[in-house]
Amino acid sequence: MKLTTLAATALMAASPAMADLVFPDLSYRTGPYAANGIPFSDGYQDYFTLLNERDGGIGGVPTKVIECETGYNTEKGVECYEATKGEGALVYQPLSTGITYQLIPKVTADGIPMHTMGYGRTSAKNGEVFSNVFNYPANYWDGASHAVNHIMSQGDIAGKKIALVYHNSAYGKEPIRTLEELAKKHGFELMLVPVDHPGQEQKSQWLQIRQQKPDNVIMYGWGVMNQVAIQEAANIRYPMENFIGIWWSGSENDVLPAGDRANGYKALTFHNLGDDYPLYDDLRKYVVDAGKAAGAGDQLGTALYNRGMYAAMLAAEAAKTAQEISGEKDLTPALMRDGMEALEMTEAKMAAIGLPGFGPEFKVSCQNHGGNGLGAVAQWDAEAKSWSLITGYEGSDQDVIQALVDEDSAAFAAEAGIEAGCK
Amino acid sequence: MPEQLLFAMEVTLNGLMAGVLYALVALGFVLIFKASGIFNYAQGVMALFAALTLVGIMDGQIPFAHIINAIFGTELHHFGWHVPALLAIILTAGVMVVFAWLVQKFIFSHLVNQEPIILFMATIGLAYFLEGVGDLMWGSDIKKLDVGLPQGINDWIDITTFEVFGYGFFIDNLDISATIVAIILVAALIIFSQYTKQGRALRAVADDHQAALSVGISLNFIWVLVWSIAGFVALVAGIMWGAKSGVQFSLSLIALKALPVLMLGGFTSIPGAIVGGLIIGVGEKLFEFLIGPMVGGATENWFAYVLALLFLVFRPQGLFGEKIIERV
Repeated sequence: MKLTTLAATALMAASPAMADLVFPDLSYRTGPYAANGIPFSDGYQDYFTLLNERDGGIGGVPTKVIECETGYNTEKGVECYEATKGEGALVYQPLSTGITYQLIPKVTADGIPMHTMGYGRTSAKNGEVFSNVFNYPANYWDGASHAVNHIMSQGDIAGKKIALVYHNSAYGKEPIRTLEELAKKHGFELMLVPVDHPGQEQKSQWLQIRQQKPDNVIMYGWGVMNQVAIQEAANIRYPMENFIGIWWSGSENDVLPAGDRANGYKALTFHNLGDDYPLYDDLRKYVVDAGKAAGAGDQLGTALYNRGMYAAMLAAEAAKTAQEISGEKDLTPALMRDGMEALEMTEAKMAAIGLPGFGPEFKVSCQNHGGNGLGAVAQWDAEAKSWSLITGYEGSDQDVIQALVDEDSAAFAAEAGIEAGCK
Repeated sequence: MPEQLLFAMEVTLNGLMAGVLYALVALGFVLIFKASGIFNYAQGVMALFAALTLVGIMDGQIPFAHIINAIFGTELHHFGWHVPALLAIILTAGVMVVFAWLVQKFIFSHLVNQEPIILFMATIGLAYFLEGVGDLMWGSDIKKLDVGLPQGINDWIDITTFEVFGYGFFIDNLDISATIVAIILVAALIIFSQYTKQGRALRAVADDHQAALSVGISLNFIWVLVWSIAGFVALVAGIMWGAKSGVQFSLSLIALKALPVLMLGGFTSIPGAIVGGLIIGVGEKLFEFLIGPMVGGATENWFAYVLALLFLVFRPQGLFGEKIIERV
């Protein structure tokens, strides 16, 4: 017995130590945006907990989530990055465009990948310039194009007036150029309606919409701006079916305060909604019912929980890809980056995970860090208090978007002295 | 009548209504500053806390449920009852009175005779503490607040103005309710301060603490009273703003809307808060309507402060504030 123990101890000492796969979670559970930050973070953490509890981690290596509170504050976000990068962080997902912009040069210099799913700097899609930044499966400009495509699918868009109600920040201004180009291409009139942070008072903006009667309204909002905008739209009796928000304006939080009056409101999404997937049975069994959920366990299936869970799932799949192509179980940030660049999400893979039809199929490459840009439209049913997809995952206008990506990334490369090319 | 003039009239009316909502927040600041010389940084968070408590009571939510569940392994969330809005408002007002007593007992009674900046710093601490307590008690999710106030376009005004001008004006029913509530609130405050013993004592303390003490007025009682009234005003503001956006933590940012109102109307005048609110409301809305399109829009936040600064240059004490004369 003693000999067996001794042999086992010697074997353990001789084996290389298996470090955890570290995934920092730059969350915001406090402050004005906490209601959105909490479900995302819960979904992100619960997925990694599930992998640990059910599968023993990724490829047999346990995962470790380090949570750091940013309060959706850019300075705090950078502090979180600096505080956690030395812990073996494999990939950052800051859930803030402001933090993303600050971290782009840092992650590039430190060789750590960053995934900004549906937010951040859109032209990071060009992987030859932004070697460490990924924004698959879709970006802000794809969103603008999806919204216009959806309007076009309902009738001739030429001669129509389309209003963009946007958060008056770097984030909210992102789709303007794309929409201007699309307006030229399709012959609609674009009306810009900025809303200052935080957006609690929007009477002027909605009076303007009432007076100018745009045919459709597209919204790029976040936080309280969304809830107030939907209330004000209902107040002026703007037809909800003509009001479409980007995915950051499409959570239950945004529509519930308006009650029945929000019925029919539409929002874009790049993943599916609800909890009718086999994976959620496992989440309940191994995480929630086991008392290991990051939060109260009451957010499963909500739009933002699903998005956080989807972000974690894509990170885990990239880590698996990295393990496969490198043959290493213990990953470094550089290997993780390579895994992200080689990531391919197929329907077969999603079905095997327990998420059939949950997200679009896409493939990442050195040239394309943004995936295929597919997105769908969801509509809110106020009575059932649920979102449902009313379209499949459809493409965006890459003729317009790719030209803008090339132009913006070339300008960034020139400014930052980056020589474009594949690593 | 030209279309643009009609639009401007509609914007002006809505500016007046928005001004009332700003004034509701500013009132709480004025009450505390007037009685105790404290600029209460926590007033916005008090509105948030009051609104959270109101929704929590109405929905029968168990306070601190997450902590209780984490410690004892229970699954408690709700009491299982729904409290009518009026009763919930009364209970919430009671909570704000207890809050006022706690603030006086544990913070300001220990800071008597301290510099105003120390008192101001204490209210900053109070704001963050209260925000954290609100989060622990009621959670961070966005809550729908429905106390039965009508919302949406007022059809009578829409139809009447359409018949008169050929263009129907938009006025939100919630804004009309807020205006009526603000009028009742201000009238009640005036009656209270003019015709009740406690109100006169409050005015005496506001005029001169030392003199009030010398005639036997309890400063502790008056400050608890004034924090209670400010708490009730915060509850009213929380209801009005919470009905617009849902009750959520960004509600505390409504204090930002009150600052230019205070700068303009003066920190010590209740009529100043009302008039200041109306001027800021109309000014920012008209500026956005007339000049906004030329400068890219989203002018309201900064224009309110510019307007207030302009007033400060010519009248530092604000429109209705008391002129401070220090003789040496």
